[in-house]
Amino acid sequence: MTIRDADDLLVLKGISKRYGGVKALQDVSFSCGRGRVHAVLGENGAGKSTLIKIISGVVQPDEGSMTLDGAAVHFRSPAAANEAGIVCIFQELSLMPDLTVSDNISISSPPRKFGLIDAKAQRLRAEELLATIGCEDVNPMMRIRDLPLSRRQMVEIAKALGKKPKILILDEATSALTSSDVEKVYAMLARLKAEGVAILYISHRMHEIEALADDASVFRNGRHIETFMKGARSNDEIVQLMIGREISAHFPPKPAYEIRKPLLEIRNLSWENRLHDVSLSIGRGEIVGLGGLDGQGQKELLLSLFGVLKQVKGDVLIDGVVQKLNSPIAAKSAGGGIALVPEDRKTEGLMLPMSIAENLVIASLDELSSGIFVDETKVSASVADAIKRLKIKIGSPDDAVSTLSGGNQQKVVIAKWLMTRPDVILLNDPTRGIDVGTKQEIYRLLRELADEGAAILFYSTDYDELIGSCDRVSILYDGRIISELQGDAINEKNIVAASLNIAGQKTEGGAHVGH
Amino acid sequence: MSATKHSDWGLRIRQNMGFFISVILFVIVYFLYHLAHPKGFSSQVLVQNSNEVFSLAMLAMAQTVPVLLGGLDLSVGAVMTLVDCLASHLLEGTGPSVGFGIIACLLAGALAGFVNGCVVVFGRIQPIIATLATGAVYMGLALFLRPIPGGKINEDINWAMTNALGDFAETVGIFDDGKAAWFQPIAGVPTALVLLVLVALVTWVPFRRSVTGRTVYAIGSAEGAAYMSGLNIAGGKLAAFTMAGLFAGIGGIFMAIQTSSGNADIPMAGAYTLSSIASVVIGGTSLLGGTGGAIGSIFGTLILKVISFNFRVFDIAPLLQPLFEGLVLLAAVSLGALSILRVKNQLELFR
Repeated sequence: MTIRDADDLLVLKGISKRYGGVKALQDVSFSCGRGRVHAVLGENGAGKSTLIKIISGVVQPDEGSMTLDGAAVHFRSPAAANEAGIVCIFQELSLMPDLTVSDNISISSPPRKFGLIDAKAQRLRAEELLATIGCEDVNPMMRIRDLPLSRRQMVEIAKALGKKPKILILDEATSALTSSDVEKVYAMLARLKAEGVAILYISHRMHEIEALADDASVFRNGRHIETFMKGARSNDEIVQLMIGREISAHFPPKPAYEIRKPLLEIRNLSWENRLHDVSLSIGRGEIVGLGGLDGQGQKELLLSLFGVLKQVKGDVLIDGVVQKLNSPIAAKSAGGGIALVPEDRKTEGLMLPMSIAENLVIASLDELSSGIFVDETKVSASVADAIKRLKIKIGSPDDAVSTLSGGNQQKVVIAKWLMTRPDVILLNDPTRGIDVGTKQEIYRLLRELADEGAAILFYSTDYDELIGSCDRVSILYDGRIISELQGDAINEKNIVAASLNIAGQKTEGGAHVGH
Repeated sequence: MSATKHSDWGLRIRQNMGFFISVILFVIVYFLYHLAHPKGFSSQVLVQNSNEVFSLAMLAMAQTVPVLLGGLDLSVGAVMTLVDCLASHLLEGTGPSVGFGIIACLLAGALAGFVNGCVVVFGRIQPIIATLATGAVYMGLALFLRPIPGGKINEDINWAMTNALGDFAETVGIFDDGKAAWFQPIAGVPTALVLLVLVALVTWVPFRRSVTGRTVYAIGSAEGAAYMSGLNIAGGKLAAFTMAGLFAGIGGIFMAIQTSSGNADIPMAGAYTLSSIASVVIGGTSLLGGTGGAIGSIFGTLILKVISFNFRVFDIAPLLQPLFEGLVLLAAVSLGALSILRVKNQLELFR
């Protein structure tokens, strides 16, 4: 760990933060220097976001201290951090869609005349700031809502620059940008660097980090692992630092790999600028994993297969028949039926105030009704079956589903879809935030379902799961499948390398799809 | 680096489509009304119309501010009624006491709005239910002040405010009692109309350009982003509800002056509240918050009212009036819903 005292602008000492029982950051000490670009690296859930939230005043640390320019600081709100010169460009945009570009850029301290906002001065200011990042084409009078995502991101950057940062934090700020914009942002960063601004740069794009960073820090499981100067570590070493842990969960044995006749076939699926020409096929009895870093199009792929997205290009076939998937209703009955275990069980998976039994049968009411009435005898029989099969721990099926633990709630979501007897099962990170025991039950269940003949597409942010439970893994990057791994090639090193799209990466034994 | 001005106008018109449509619609329908009216295009008709419109226009302005936050204020009708009853006690006398009475009434309206704001901000209760409750309380206070309709308003004020500017000048004794030659071209303009324009210019226009006003729009547009931008969320909400109370109070004062009495009429308060919501929507403000404005809501009121005027002159069965108002409201809401067709992730429709 290299520490350069004299030049350090921001120093963190012994910072810890826990959310409930989860330790998001543990005893992190970290510093960044004036006029340097400092890259922060780590897997999903390594603690990068929490670190940034603490530095920018969004959350307060449980322990530890922070000094800025040698003086101790403690930020109670983003506004306080802004005032001290710490400005963050968030991944989730902080723009107000109904306000104009110039309103947004000057939102926190607009130029005023006689106490009122001076619209003309504000507009000039917006034009100047946009010009510094080469965005003269954005009309400051446009509403954010009417701008494409890439332009919004540039406005967000202009807004941050307007706050005259001493420390500028970019959290995946380039992920939505076009390549010409990225150039402009690089040029802007170089100017800021020359002015002595410290830049914290979070990106999953290794080539960006290589091009920009002076220093890099690796985080893993909420701990700061190492800080090194540019060029001190090779890409391989960086990947090793990011992984560095043992596989902890137990998985059911995988069957020997065989080439199967596809049940679900996806051909050249594209949507907006989030999915590009995705092709993938899954056979009966197969579990295919979707990997990659967060937000590379995995969710969109699952949503498009479930009929949630409109104007999807490309074809989806089940058993060789093209399916018209324009709503979840259509998806439910397409072929032998598609099921999606959604991302957020609290809003998309469950009706929290309704009972466990009501939630379980909500997707299969058609089968459980005679005429227009729900057949209560059929309902209680299938509810009992489902509870038994998934070993859901409950008091009574009539209790509100909100009374269950996270793991049991997730079992209810899964059970609800199994009741429709789907042929194709899509899962969006189904084990997030649930305990190890339940996770293992879910892995076993997935394998059972596959053995019974289902085709399973399983997106997980946890690499261990992909390695332990999938027959094949497809890694997405920027809305494209950039690597398909199978057999022994499904290992952490290959997944991490492919997720980061490290150029020249060889995936042993697996097919490597260029892009 | 100067942007082209004419394209900006195109942009403004596109961004405020709802507003411009309501203005054009109003102008056309109101023109037809005057054509068909036996005394069309006369000061007398204008005065009568302005008096009928004023209080609802104030309530529409009042309703606009909480709607911009993304909420609804169900108490505006009650606040108007409460101030109406209060005014019927305070505006009886002459001279300075009337002035103090008006100030007291304005403060009472603003206070009622401020209380709403406190319940919403500090009680963390949704505006619709908070104001349903406080509205009932205000109605109770109004009934306490005026158990039966009655009271009296200074007759000069009544005369001056509910007629044309000429009558106002004569009553107040300015411009040679309104006989000055230069004054004649505008002597026929209704006082209520002038007051309406003044209120809009003196309150709304500065509010729109203040940091607080901007904060209100920002909250309605994306509360999380507004917080992350370091805006004063609690202050913005308090200001919004206080503004709403103030506007409703002005409406109440005018109602007392117009009717020369106070009347705690519960059904009327409810009807005014619902009409205020309709006005806001017809005027191009989104119920989701963030877009629109009080000037649009005034035109929303004008459209609602001009429909009922037309029923009189065109001799259509008055029973059809609610049906027509409903259709206009539906059309206005449908225009606002057009953007939904562009959403490509259908899950977003439910967020």
